[in-house]
Amino acid sequence: MYFRLGWRNIWRNPRRTLVIMTAVIIGVWSMIFLGSLMRGIADQMVRNGIATLTGHIQVHHNGYRNDPVIENSMTDPEAVETALKRSLPPDSRWSSRVRVNAIASNARHSSGVTLVGIDPQRETKISFIGGAVIQGRYMNPDSRNGIVVGKALVDKFKTKLGRKLVLMSRDTDGEIASRAFRIVGIFNAETEATEKRFVFVTLPAAQQMLKLEKGISEVSVTLSSQQEVHQVAHDLRAGLPSDKYEIHTWQELLPLVTAVLKMYDGFIYLWFLVVFIAMGFGIVNTILMAVFERIREFGLLNALGMKPGWIIREVLTESFFLLILGMLIGNSLGFLSFFALSGNGIDLSSLAAGMEYFGMSRVIYPIIQGKDVVMANLVVFILGLVVSLYPAVKAARFTPVEALAHT
Amino acid sequence: MNIVECTNVKKIYQQDKLEVRALNDVSLSIKKGDFIAIAGPSGSGKTTLLNIIGGLDVADSGRVLVDGNVLSTMSQTELATLRLRKVGFVFQAYNLILVLSALENVEFVMLLQGVPSSERRERAKAILDDVGLSDMYDRRPAELSGGQQQRVAVARAIVSNPSIVLADEPTANLDSKTGASLLEMMEHMNEKKHVTFIFSTHDKMVMNYAHRLVSLRDGQVVDDQVHER
Ligand SMILES: Nc1ncnc2c1ncn2[C@@H]1O[C@H](COP(=O)(O)OP(=O)(O)O)[C@@H](O)[C@H]1O
Ligand SMILES: [Mg+2]
Repeated sequence: MYFRLGWRNIWRNPRRTLVIMTAVIIGVWSMIFLGSLMRGIADQMVRNGIATLTGHIQVHHNGYRNDPVIENSMTDPEAVETALKRSLPPDSRWSSRVRVNAIASNARHSSGVTLVGIDPQRETKISFIGGAVIQGRYMNPDSRNGIVVGKALVDKFKTKLGRKLVLMSRDTDGEIASRAFRIVGIFNAETEATEKRFVFVTLPAAQQMLKLEKGISEVSVTLSSQQEVHQVAHDLRAGLPSDKYEIHTWQELLPLVTAVLKMYDGFIYLWFLVVFIAMGFGIVNTILMAVFERIREFGLLNALGMKPGWIIREVLTESFFLLILGMLIGNSLGFLSFFALSGNGIDLSSLAAGMEYFGMSRVIYPIIQGKDVVMANLVVFILGLVVSLYPAVKAARFTPVEALAHT
Repeated sequence: MNIVECTNVKKIYQQDKLEVRALNDVSLSIKKGDFIAIAGPSGSGKTTLLNIIGGLDVADSGRVLVDGNVLSTMSQTELATLRLRKVGFVFQAYNLILVLSALENVEFVMLLQGVPSSERRERAKAILDDVGLSDMYDRRPAELSGGQQQRVAVARAIVSNPSIVLADEPTANLDSKTGASLLEMMEHMNEKKHVTFIFSTHDKMVMNYAHRLVSLRDGQVVDDQVHER
């Protein structure tokens, strides 16, 4: 009968009920939907970071991370290869690179870049570059002087396919090595910074230019599952002498991303709280209004012998219904907008210029996490009942004589 | 046996620095099974007296005994329990819970008392039949006439066999014919179920139904007579 009473009471004033429910619906919807966008942004950030030549794990010569100079190259790639073959799960992939700072120049412009020498076939499977060429072609494995550069760099240098680009860097003898390459492909990346920063040549071409012989700067590894990262890194560390090699996971390689990820839970729950506070005021006000309109009735209930606790329960039952209904609709809308947008994502390219610094993508694909949905609903439900306590206690405090005199 | 005993009850209201002696030394004993009217003009203290007897309001001084309980020593929660178990109320108007049907309104008190639901339903139906509403179980208050609403209120007040039923001007909003038939019904219930009724009125016609008539004026008992029937 409490339930019946509560249920009928909320429909006494449908307009007001709709107002509260709308507040709850918008609250829950925005928590779930914007939460999923934030998760999408975070996930994309990690993916971009990993795809932009990071991978899940990297192997370097000791000291390379602090000082990525040519002297910190690995001169014995076979030893690394043997260790990799022993420690990596069968479905993981890896690729060797030469990676040094260089200066790119043509007749009119020059700019600092990162020269990356790659094994074209292996590289396609582990980083973005294989699928990123939009003009010309991807690197040919035995290309001696082909170079693939980013769209933004091409624009900046006012150059195009087929033109020459000169790269300069310090070789193993400490001399300035300089070599002309011809632009064979232009790539497009998630961020302009990436397009301006990286230029790709074949591994042998880079080794030859820098007099590295068989030497390489890094090995990048991708695993089929993120969960394995720490175990595999641990195995690799055990398999390679620590005075010669250093092994890092993507969390260590992308400290900014890792830091942002750590803050994300906090961000999202803070966001939930902000939404709730806005919504909570609406709920309290409206229920308070409803309670004050029914002073007489609460007086009557009190006169009939209903104890304050029961009256509180009665009011809470009403907000229970309002919250549950609002949550049902809010969740449905949240999931609907998620499904509507998860296919094509949300294009933020107009804002991209400002956000690239954070490694954000131009297109965001929302991601729904179970724990966020549970949290959003718990916040609304529990805090919703808690704030309803205030009007409920008010209702229980009306003394019957005053209440009954009230007309 | 006295079901209600008031001894030197005083109640003073403060109204804009003016003291209103709503009850000025009222002493009154009411026997179990009585059908008694508290009569008096508006402002004479009838409502105040009924509220104090029912434990809705507290006397400033004096002693009030209801079915053996000394009200002045009881907490709010104890008073609520007393009201729930031993006192039935019928007010002048707005007696019913608007969103519940007649039957549910009667059941509601028993729900609060913890009566099992099937028994609740049986008893509620029986009492509504007694007050002449056997075909109106499912009507909401808005679908009932004023007289029918008061009948539901009386049914609710007596359904759990309280020690006393307090009715504050129950006929004030009814025309005289409807009022008279409500009074007849109450008298019938008083005889059939031996429920003690204490009702207030300022209407001569209603006073005629009382088996005992206590007259109040300015918060004092000015007359007390038993009507021979
Ligand atoms: N809450 C109150 N505050 C101030 N004065 C009150 C209050 N309730 C009743 N009174 C005063 O007490 C007197 C008795 O009132 P009441 O018991 O309602 O009389 P009746 O029911 O006979 O009309 C009246 O003068 C009334 O104005
Ligand atoms: Mg009165």
